[in-house]
Amino acid sequence: MELTQLTIDSARSAVQERKTTALALTEAHYARIQKEDGQIGAFLTLCKERALEQAGRIDRMAAEGKPLSPLGGVPVGIKDVMSTRGVRTTAGSKILGKYVPPYDCTAVARMEAAGAVVLGKTNCDEFAMGSSNENSAFHPVRNPRELSRVPGGSSGGSAAAVAADMAVAALGSDTGGSIRQPASFCGVVGLMPTYGRVSRYGLIAFASSLDHIGPLAKTVKDAAIVLRTIAGRDPMDSTSADVPVPDYVAELEKPVRGLKLGVAKEYFGDGLDDEVRHAVELAIDKLKGLGCQVVPVSLPHTAYAIPTYYLIATAEASSNLARYDGVRYSYRAPGVKSLSEMYRCTRDEGFGAEVKRRIMLGTYALSAGYYDAYYLKAQKVRTLLTRDFEEAFRKVDAIVTPTSPTAAFRLGEKSNDPLAMYLADIYTVTADLAGIPGISIPCGETKEKLPIGLQILGKHFAEATILRVAHAYEQAA
Amino acid sequence: MKVTEKDVAYVADLANLELSGEERAGMVRDLNSILGYIERLNELDTSKVEPMAEVSDRYGVDESKQGSERFAYASREDVPEGLRKSLPQEIALENAPDTDGMFFRVPKVIER
Repeated sequence: MELTQLTIDSARSAVQERKTTALALTEAHYARIQKEDGQIGAFLTLCKERALEQAGRIDRMAAEGKPLSPLGGVPVGIKDVMSTRGVRTTAGSKILGKYVPPYDCTAVARMEAAGAVVLGKTNCDEFAMGSSNENSAFHPVRNPRELSRVPGGSSGGSAAAVAADMAVAALGSDTGGSIRQPASFCGVVGLMPTYGRVSRYGLIAFASSLDHIGPLAKTVKDAAIVLRTIAGRDPMDSTSADVPVPDYVAELEKPVRGLKLGVAKEYFGDGLDDEVRHAVELAIDKLKGLGCQVVPVSLPHTAYAIPTYYLIATAEASSNLARYDGVRYSYRAPGVKSLSEMYRCTRDEGFGAEVKRRIMLGTYALSAGYYDAYYLKAQKVRTLLTRDFEEAFRKVDAIVTPTSPTAAFRLGEKSNDPLAMYLADIYTVTADLAGIPGISIPCGETKEKLPIGLQILGKHFAEATILRVAHAYEQAA
Repeated sequence: MKVTEKDVAYVADLANLELSGEERAGMVRDLNSILGYIERLNELDTSKVEPMAEVSDRYGVDESKQGSERFAYASREDVPEGLRKSLPQEIALENAPDTDGMFFRVPKVIER
């Protein structure tokens, strides 16, 4: 049994049946990190003490013959935007370089309550702002499949950790594609749930109306297990929805025959790489072969999603990031003589170029004289984008698209052109704006052996449907 | 060029960012490039479209209820303890770069 290649169920069962121990699983993953992560850079902080303590607790339960929870003994990574009590949480930023949260993010607490062993905190673009993980203030992440390529972003560390067998699964966050795009680039499964499905309590805020926590995993079933664990109402987040959580795992086995899948031409236009197009078309054929009915749909406002996103996300970010002022969290610029100098110098030294760019854009869009032309305009177009999906979902059960227009690009390829980088999210930002769930699953690779992702979008709170389609495809592929 | 160096200085001031001379020049270039792309939103007539601030007032709510009744589940008793106890003072101050043990300490506020 190769301990770093197990799925959630096989790892948990092996611990339960005493074929291995949570401790051995944990140590095996740390050994793998030790061996591989020097060149990949997926982790920012390891929390061995916390992991070994949890593993010991799980092993004692197993030894006593007590039934383990669904994640019992399963080693996981947590994106470094989720607060972990007593464990440094940086959001990939120098400004939080030494920040140690006094409480746990709800999603992390639920993972641990279900038996997961948190190995450490995974690297990400600073404050989750980026599509390549090159915006981490500490070091970039490299794609485990091909080290000259980016792993995608912003949850690049989480995706790479899972892809390189350094964690069985990981939590990421998705504000404009940050779970699905890196999942696609690294060849793993990434699920963004409906807005409000998973509590955001303890998630370091980027854009509060767009931020989602979700799993990155090796299989669709693993993603379903993690979602079932972290989903559901949390009184600590007033936007977490009061909607019952179905058994996503049991729902996987329902038939897909007869489901209607929408294909929107707007997701297959200019800029889509030929190899990606071909792989996604083959995947759609395969789903057809499984009895799904493919129906053309139109999402006419898709071309307006990126500009809408970059106004709303940056406006919210400029407000959310105002709290980093050198008073409460970790970093303060040295040698400052006045309050205003402290604010400016701390933020100037603490934030990286992309974060400053977004704060500037967001502040500009909200400033007097521009609010109506930019921010309000974007909020109205957000309504139009959401209506596009509402219309389409009257006709279909899910929509299938490429996750990203290209496979993983090279480090440095887009880092000097912010707009080119933003366009890497062209197929993913729409779902964040509309608050609908989306999953990316591997659907083949390019000639250069780079993974390609198939995205399946669903109606609000219809995670079970998109997971079911994804699972059926995965089993057939 | 829509955004000038003067605009960048003004917005940097609003955002409490200092920005070096080089950064300001780069910001003028980048903001113009991004805002140029954003201009395409003006192709859409949104005069009759309601703005959307977030999605949770549209989905996952009890459609039979109206207004704030829909969000009754999110309300709680207004008690001083809230949902969890406040952090003890020393814990709340733990990450601060400078304190006197009781309060956050900052440089002089009034400049003369």
